[in-house]
Amino acid sequence: MKTYNNKAWWLVLPVFVLVAFSAIIPMMTVVNYSVQDIFDPSTRYFVGTEWYREILADPRLHDSLVRQFIYSFCVLAIEVPLGIIVALSMPRRGLGVPFSLILLSLPLLVPWNVVGTIWQIIGREDIGLYGWTLNSLGLDYNYASNPRDAWITVLVMDVWHWTSLVALLCYSGLRSIPDVYYQAARIDRASHWAVFRFIQLPKLKNVLLIAVMLRFMDSFMIYTEPFVLTGGGPGTATTFLSQTLTQMALGQFDLGRAAAFSLIYFLIILLVTWVFYTAMTHNDDKG
Amino acid sequence: MRLRKSLVMLGYLLFVLVPIYWLVNMSFKSNREILGGLTLWPTAPTLDNYRVILTEPTWYMSYLNSLSYVSMNMLISLLVALPAAYAFSRYRFLGDKHMFFWLLTNRMAPPAVFLLPFFQLYSAVGLFDTPIAVALAHCLFNVPLAVWILEGFMSSVPKEIDETAYIDGYTFPKFFIRIFLPMIRPGIGVTAFFCFMFSWVELLLARTLTSVDAKPIVAQMTRTVSASGIDWGVLAAAGVVALLPGIAVIYFVRNHVAKGFALGRV
Amino acid sequence: MAEIRLEQLAHSYHGAPSGPADYALRPMDHVWEQGGAYALLGPSGCGKSTLLNIISGLLVPSEGRVLYDGKSVNDLTPQQRNIAQVFQFPVVYDTMTVHENLAFPLRNQGQSRERIDARVREVAEALEIEPLLNRKAQNLTADEKQKVSMGRGLVRDDVAAILFDEPLTVIDPQLKWRLRRKLKEIHQRFNVTMVYVTHDQLEASTFADKIAVMYEGQIVQFGTPRELFENPQHTFVGYFIGSPGMNLLDIALGASGVEFDGHALAVPDAIVDQLRQREGGRLQLGIRPEFVQLVAADDAVLHGYVDLVQDQGTFKIVDVRLDTPSAPVIKARLGEEASVPEGRTGVHFPEAWQRFYIDDHLVGVADENL
Repeated sequence: MKTYNNKAWWLVLPVFVLVAFSAIIPMMTVVNYSVQDIFDPSTRYFVGTEWYREILADPRLHDSLVRQFIYSFCVLAIEVPLGIIVALSMPRRGLGVPFSLILLSLPLLVPWNVVGTIWQIIGREDIGLYGWTLNSLGLDYNYASNPRDAWITVLVMDVWHWTSLVALLCYSGLRSIPDVYYQAARIDRASHWAVFRFIQLPKLKNVLLIAVMLRFMDSFMIYTEPFVLTGGGPGTATTFLSQTLTQMALGQFDLGRAAAFSLIYFLIILLVTWVFYTAMTHNDDKG
Repeated sequence: MRLRKSLVMLGYLLFVLVPIYWLVNMSFKSNREILGGLTLWPTAPTLDNYRVILTEPTWYMSYLNSLSYVSMNMLISLLVALPAAYAFSRYRFLGDKHMFFWLLTNRMAPPAVFLLPFFQLYSAVGLFDTPIAVALAHCLFNVPLAVWILEGFMSSVPKEIDETAYIDGYTFPKFFIRIFLPMIRPGIGVTAFFCFMFSWVELLLARTLTSVDAKPIVAQMTRTVSASGIDWGVLAAAGVVALLPGIAVIYFVRNHVAKGFALGRV
Repeated sequence: MAEIRLEQLAHSYHGAPSGPADYALRPMDHVWEQGGAYALLGPSGCGKSTLLNIISGLLVPSEGRVLYDGKSVNDLTPQQRNIAQVFQFPVVYDTMTVHENLAFPLRNQGQSRERIDARVREVAEALEIEPLLNRKAQNLTADEKQKVSMGRGLVRDDVAAILFDEPLTVIDPQLKWRLRRKLKEIHQRFNVTMVYVTHDQLEASTFADKIAVMYEGQIVQFGTPRELFENPQHTFVGYFIGSPGMNLLDIALGASGVEFDGHALAVPDAIVDQLRQREGGRLQLGIRPEFVQLVAADDAVLHGYVDLVQDQGTFKIVDVRLDTPSAPVIKARLGEEASVPEGRTGVHFPEAWQRFYIDDHLVGVADENL
């Protein structure tokens, strides 16, 4: 059992100060913006909750929020199972281990705007491998003009970019399972499925918590990659929340409204993450 | 079974590598060839793109700027996260659970609007356009992650080790550095990799907090647009060069990642 | 239920073993008979667990065959061999209840719900874990988890054998003793072959009818606890079994017969002849501390001084340092009421309990002397 000791605060203090420095002041500033109408730094009026009421009634927010939820759901639904499968297929010893670790982490190391650029080129029907191949197979694929194609391309790009993160986390989780569990399962004549269901999956719970939460938060805030790839289009097919927000803040310089939007956005992420977090750590508290 | 696993692995690696190959492929082509049509390998291989990156000061300086703030961030994140993770793994204290979740919430702020106050904050304290500004700003999302990962590793070290050391007359700092840290070396390696990775690829904060002197490689890359359009070849070459430090880091921590790490709170 | 036979079985973790040192198990032939309760006793690293894992099929031997009832099972997986094994540290399925844990091996065999439930209750009752049946396995203590692990081994009644790999390591001493009795009861009730690996001689002798002692990848002796005590076939058995272990003295053959540090010892002629036939090896005399007699200094060939007396409650262990050139220590085990001599004492080895070893192996004549 952990002992109760408030002196432990001294150990946490540096983290608290460092994070608070970068977190609290900007947060207060944004709250401040969100209740004002700002024309320029010297001309501003207090408007109370007006921006919030306006935003909550704004169909643009509703549309991109729905798109955003569908997108994040797809991301999790594909990347988590795929990441687990890849982790299960990783070699367990030998030269294959460093080799596949390095290859797997490559997409994670590509700067995000380059990720967008790579897929922008590779998906083009005239000069890109994938676009060209799909079209010569007789599929009419064009991410720049067809909303469905654009949407799928953004999703595949995300899967390419981030599944490795889930896989790496799960792989290290799998490596912490002692061999004797697998031996016991063989003796008990467990099927492969039972080994996964009753040994591997329970031991992966903690890493999956991290993976699911990281992927949820980051996919919910995705900006750079689709911006480079499609610019949010065609139409608004790939305009996600943070792009709507950026248009509002920088495009129209509607700072007060954008600040209110940010805070609502922040609260949505906070709420969903809290639900994930409580649901996944719930059982441990009782145990 | 084994064969099926290898096939899955090879299939996935192929999926990972094709776009990477395309990036490398483009980096050896001239813009004319890139835009001229589909070629599976450079028909007229050229090193011009790399020459640009290695000879133009704005390019290689931005590369060094990135390296400097990323390593600062790694160092700061580890230094502050180590004692905090120890506190979370060993003690209960007033507000510990809320504190932990609050740390996590700092990954959740949508950047678009927050960029402006960030800019104002760092300008006000006179750090604008320095690597340390970016390093500090990246702590916002890296420190919580570092605490989280390290806490998982530390929880798997039995508490008896601490108690024995105190009985043997070790003071806390001495015990922490001489005994505890060596035991969680794998955790430190894995954490370092994740800090490196998230800091290295982050664009918006890094671009907002710098202008000329400390401009990072990711921001420099967005400036390959000129009158004649995007310079695809140079962009691709810069992307390839940007992969290298990450490969080095993952190579150094490969054994740590492969060793088990029992992550997670509780 | 089956007889398990090992034929020229050997195992090496090296790809191409070049000498005996590369073998975790050296070539051996051995039979575990149907329905026996056996112990496999030896120090850590002697190959006990390797042998167990080969029998269960978790490990494929590099040489030789494993036969169940005369049929080779080398190519069969543990699943196909239908064997149960309990490991040193508890292995439970965290997300299942205790009941589901115990039922798991039976469910995997596709048995009917009623049969499974009856079996689970029977085993839970035997192991005294009935009250835990509906608890999640994750929240049990180490003791309880290990009982659940053992229960999963015992729950199948059609297995070829049940193998135990030091199953009581994490259990506290009180419960250890009760569980060993339980296992013995279960053995008698179900008449199933059991092989029990341990490094504790007491545990081995209370559980098993016959004990196989392993040393450096070989079974050096297979016999009842009494045989191991009275007639160690190998110096290692003498040293490892008994507390304290057998006294071993390096001896030589001289003109007058057997000599120790220049003193001629009284040894039957038949044995001297045996020893002479195989000259050149390392000769040793072994005598158990229980049989060493401390007598008046003038009545014995060998003398020494008492070095140390350890009172163990029901008996005493006396260390006597001999005054010969190599000055070895002889341990004697005396009854609690026996008096310990002061100063110089004579040491006498009764002829009937002297054992002679050439290169660690017992000289055969000793058997006939009994």
